[in-house]
Amino acid sequence: MTENGIPGYRAVAWNEPLIFQLGRKGRRGSTILAAEDQIKVESGDVRSRIPEAMRRKESANLPELSEPEVVRHFIRLSQQNFGVDSGVMIGHGTCTMKYNPKINETLARSPRLTRIHPLQDTSTVQGILEIMYRLAKLLCTLSGMDEFSLQPRGGAHAVLTNARIIRAYHKLNGELEQRNEIVTTVLSHPCNGGSPAVAGFKVITLYPDPETGTPNVETLKAAVSKHTAGMTITDPYDTGIFDPCIDEYIKIIHEAGGLVAVDQANANSLLGRLRIGDVGADLCHFNLHKSFSAPHGSHGPGSAPVGVKKHLVGFLPVPTLEFDGSKYYLDYDRPHSIGKVSGFHGVIPAVLKAYAWIMAMGEEGLRETSEVAVINNNYLIEKLRKVRGVTLPWNKNHPRRLQEARFSLQQMMEETGVGIDDVNRRMVDFGIQKCFTSHEPWIVPEPFTPEPPESTPKEDLDRFSDVLRQISREAYTNPEIVKKAPHNCTISRMDLSSPRDPKKWALTWRAYLSKNK
Amino acid sequence: MGGRVGLKGTDGKEILARARDLGAKPVSPVRTIEALREITQIADSIELVTYPFDMGEEEARECGFDPKVLGSIKENETTAADTANAAMAMLKCHVDLILFAGGDGTARDVCRSVRQDVPALGIPTGVKIHSAVFAVNPRKAGELTVRFLHGKASLREAEVMDTDEQAFREGRLSAHLCGYLKVPYEKDAVQPSKSASFATLDEETSQDSIAQCIVERMEDSCYYILCPGTTVKAVADKLGVAKTLLGVDLIHKRTLVGSDLNEQGLLKLLGQKKAKIIVSPIGRQGFIFGRGNPQISPAVIRRVGRENILIIATPSKLLSIGPGGPLLVDTGNEETDRMLSGYVRVVTGYQEEVVVKVSS
Amino acid sequence: MTVHRYIPNSDPQMKRELLDEIGVEDPQELFAAIPERIRFRGQLDVPLGMSELGVRRLVEGLLSKNVDPDGMLSFLGAGCWPHYVPAVCDEISSRSEFLTAYTGDAYSDLGRYQALFEFQSMIGELVAMDAVTVPTYDWATASGDAVRMAAIATGRREILVARSTSSDKLSVMRTYCGRLAEITPVDYDRQSGQLSLEDLRRKMSPNTAAVYIENPTYFGFIETQGERIGEIVHGNGSLLIVGVEPLSLGLLTPPGEYGADIVCGEGQPLGLHMSFGGTSLGFIACQDKESLLSATGHRLVTITTTERRGEWGFTYVLPERSMYAAREKAPSITGTGVALCAITAAVYMSLLGPNGIREIAETIMQRSHYAMKRLSEIRGIKAPLFNSTHFEEFTVNFGRKTIRNINQVLLRHGIQGGLDLSREFPELGNTALYCVTEIHTQKDIDRLAAVLKEAVR
Repeated sequence: MTENGIPGYRAVAWNEPLIFQLGRKGRRGSTILAAEDQIKVESGDVRSRIPEAMRRKESANLPELSEPEVVRHFIRLSQQNFGVDSGVMIGHGTCTMKYNPKINETLARSPRLTRIHPLQDTSTVQGILEIMYRLAKLLCTLSGMDEFSLQPRGGAHAVLTNARIIRAYHKLNGELEQRNEIVTTVLSHPCNGGSPAVAGFKVITLYPDPETGTPNVETLKAAVSKHTAGMTITDPYDTGIFDPCIDEYIKIIHEAGGLVAVDQANANSLLGRLRIGDVGADLCHFNLHKSFSAPHGSHGPGSAPVGVKKHLVGFLPVPTLEFDGSKYYLDYDRPHSIGKVSGFHGVIPAVLKAYAWIMAMGEEGLRETSEVAVINNNYLIEKLRKVRGVTLPWNKNHPRRLQEARFSLQQMMEETGVGIDDVNRRMVDFGIQKCFTSHEPWIVPEPFTPEPPESTPKEDLDRFSDVLRQISREAYTNPEIVKKAPHNCTISRMDLSSPRDPKKWALTWRAYLSKNK
Repeated sequence: MGGRVGLKGTDGKEILARARDLGAKPVSPVRTIEALREITQIADSIELVTYPFDMGEEEARECGFDPKVLGSIKENETTAADTANAAMAMLKCHVDLILFAGGDGTARDVCRSVRQDVPALGIPTGVKIHSAVFAVNPRKAGELTVRFLHGKASLREAEVMDTDEQAFREGRLSAHLCGYLKVPYEKDAVQPSKSASFATLDEETSQDSIAQCIVERMEDSCYYILCPGTTVKAVADKLGVAKTLLGVDLIHKRTLVGSDLNEQGLLKLLGQKKAKIIVSPIGRQGFIFGRGNPQISPAVIRRVGRENILIIATPSKLLSIGPGGPLLVDTGNEETDRMLSGYVRVVTGYQEEVVVKVSS
Repeated sequence: MTVHRYIPNSDPQMKRELLDEIGVEDPQELFAAIPERIRFRGQLDVPLGMSELGVRRLVEGLLSKNVDPDGMLSFLGAGCWPHYVPAVCDEISSRSEFLTAYTGDAYSDLGRYQALFEFQSMIGELVAMDAVTVPTYDWATASGDAVRMAAIATGRREILVARSTSSDKLSVMRTYCGRLAEITPVDYDRQSGQLSLEDLRRKMSPNTAAVYIENPTYFGFIETQGERIGEIVHGNGSLLIVGVEPLSLGLLTPPGEYGADIVCGEGQPLGLHMSFGGTSLGFIACQDKESLLSATGHRLVTITTTERRGEWGFTYVLPERSMYAAREKAPSITGTGVALCAITAAVYMSLLGPNGIREIAETIMQRSHYAMKRLSEIRGIKAPLFNSTHFEEFTVNFGRKTIRNINQVLLRHGIQGGLDLSREFPELGNTALYCVTEIHTQKDIDRLAAVLKEAVR
């Protein structure tokens, strides 16, 4: 069944109970290999060795299912989930939902990765250390930075790491007391303000000029003083607009004695075209689960290596990975290091996948990536702007964007009462993933931010715009169908009011049961 | 859920008369109905309280509500006193929200009656709309009401302004601050996606953290001129000093030195001493000087100096003005306005500031 | 150049079609926003692209430089432990619907929300707590978040941490505390290793936000004074934070039952491979109180109803109260977490069930006790160093022989010895931390004992 050329879609709806409502007492899905007889005899009744007060009285109330039942339950849940492999995922802008090559998954499941311990003698893990080292070097050449640490496990974590390095730098120079402010911009990722705040900084936020969609040099100058420790900024912004003043900002911050950390979550459009280290940045980070094809995993694990220039290498998290000409080793002797930001070395499976992807692409492939990503996005802009009710903010100054664009449905809202919340719920009725709106605060009203990475075929671009056009048609002729969406999904509209009530919210099944006796 | 909404609509005798003179049809009922239609979806779970005839009863019934009607009035001859009485009656009735249709005059009447004891929201229908207590349009007023009753909207202080009629007729635009109402506003976040933004702070907590920041920075040698508003008042509260909500007060060494001062009084007390001004912008329009605080004259501003002006504002106040401002100044003196223009830092939290533009 | 296999629109004709629609001749025009003066015009130091076979050979070749794990017997633990990962865990964690999804609502992504809620629920059962947050990167970062939560919730600025905590974990905690809180160590008893209640009482003050203990401790034994510590801590108006290893809870009293306000721990033992420390999971649980929940920056997933009767939905809880008490308004950082790991852990806990968890804890203890017995029979070795009951890890002291020395000998025999603790804890002398789990056979342990016997001669 098609409607206006869009094939019909119905989501799988198993009405799958919670696992606690399945199974039967006594069933089990796993048998534990018993200890050998001699071990049992010699160790005795281990339970009685535990002091009474610390001995568990009642078994944990975990589900009791056989193995086939467990499999079926989780397979059904997976069927009620939507990933890049399922369908059009263009809606998730700023997340760079590109294809995750399956060979990389296979390689990451190799026992020579899965079964090695992070603290093994380095002579036994030269292979993985070499992969880590090579990835770090590749990230250096892509960014123009001098060294990378693979320890941070996500963007916010990376910015926290960079904020800590900035602190350590000023502390060493005896200026930390005085330099307690970080400048950021409101259209940078919220962690560009949040992470420095956690690190102990005061945060000064710049707002964009309403005409240009970016702040300007004047705004920055008003924010900079002898208290400035540095600046954190995402460039290009999530709006898809590249801040052309970036090199001037860097100069201003440097002149004031500060450091600049650039968030490269949106690096997909910059591969081979801009090296932020060359432009003067002191620190940066990449998200391997974005531009570098590591999978998103339903919301993690991700990985976000940070890169620094020579003068900051001493502050990197410990240990750093070094090569002495014949072997790879971990250097723990780093007196100025900020310490550790997470246990062990980082999200190594993601590191391996990113390495494999870069090697598969090669230099030409990387340039092709940024080129096609930007072409895809601008093609999409052309198609979406023609949809009734959709506008592109700052479109006079920025008709073209890099890898993503932030649109507004304000016009549709005013003319029909249908807004992005409704449209997102309706979108999934057509078997395409919903749109990322915007981080807070919503500078753009009724925002949505799609991003078609280079792995998106033209058919997907057309499908996405066809669906949006269809929904627009509905909004202007029969808004109820949009407002009451979704109609074809696994579940119907959720009650979003009770989650605000402490008496009603339940983060665990046991909490739910006790609050709903 | 069970909420109660109070509804009244009037434009006040004067406006009504003027409008009729100009041959216009009263617009109030139509716009009120537009707002009420948005609320009909929850009609079953709320109680609508209103005043008789064209002060709300007619419009409510037109939309299918069966309202509880309070009070008594003379049909087609409603006055400011009726507005005030209606608001008071609704407050006594413990409504969750007073929804009123009208202009600045109506807002002023409601405000004088209930102050901040009960949340209120304006359906814009009048000619004079300077107050920040009105929704953008009637439909939004209705939508916001529903959201508020669902617990999905927070409250913030909003200024009730009244145009200086005399000045207006003379061709000058000058507004006078009558008071504040507690008004619902939308939290823009629907659902957090990949990066959790913790809840937007409620207004009071925001003001408290700003006050904490300011108080920690205060120097004993300095005099502090506290402008009107609840955000500035929060600073005084933190010091344990009583401050007038609508007036300009002077503080030194954490004690009140002068209260509800005018320009002359202020200049006299200041003398040549070092002083700072603590000011918060008016919501929606974004004026920091020139509306609501004429006591801070060009002379006072020059005396204090641009670098000694501390602007404070909660994030929701700033958002109501629009991202990045601009904040406006209209001191009446061009040179002073120019001096104040440019980019300034605004304190929005304990360790948070924002850079915005100031224009004249 | 050839059309790339991951880039459908790289076909020149396709590109032309797209460019025509955009109305642009040369794709370079689309990059006009990047000023010429900062463009990169050089050569990247990246080799030519490869076919899939080429990539496979390259990466497998590199990985083969790792010693074959099958040929290596390891007794390392210390935050990442060798356990058996059931095939079902691998199966579910490779489902592409889970692997490649991200941040849709429950309408399209009911699966991941439900799996996550089930994970949260199971953790809640293990630790006996009603509120569990969306998990974070690992135990170390979870403990960092936990201490921040406590500082924010109480408005106090000091955290007391057992000195028997790993220095790596302390380092991460300090990274997370920033200027928000100071960490002060509390001594442990030299004989038993248990927390010194005397030192605890001495160090508690009105400024103490929380006390952090681990159970089992970093040294592997069970902290038995949980309830007593809880009393002292609560008597001071402070919070008790307990860090746990989840499999031990098959046999141990859950912290929720001896006064913990916040629990954190490492989820890697729950069906996750070691992967060089790369697949870890830091869970955080707490009492279901607004004061605690509003002090965390992590997302909170709650079950809710839908328009259809009997149907579940899942959404986020936004804490209503602010975090004003903190100087830094953000309670903590949060972002892309470890969802796939949480889903895998849910699968694992479902497979084991209450009996499996108890049995695996039991067999682990049996094996580790057997190992301690075998090792302590060797002259020159003391195992364990502390006279408390141990779970899966234990300290082994080698007298005058350095751990470096011992481990080198072991390595020559294809054995990875325990972690060298002598730098972190010089007061323990030449001591290493050994880990024995359900995967270590009697033969393995006997082999270790035999080699160690030679090594200490």
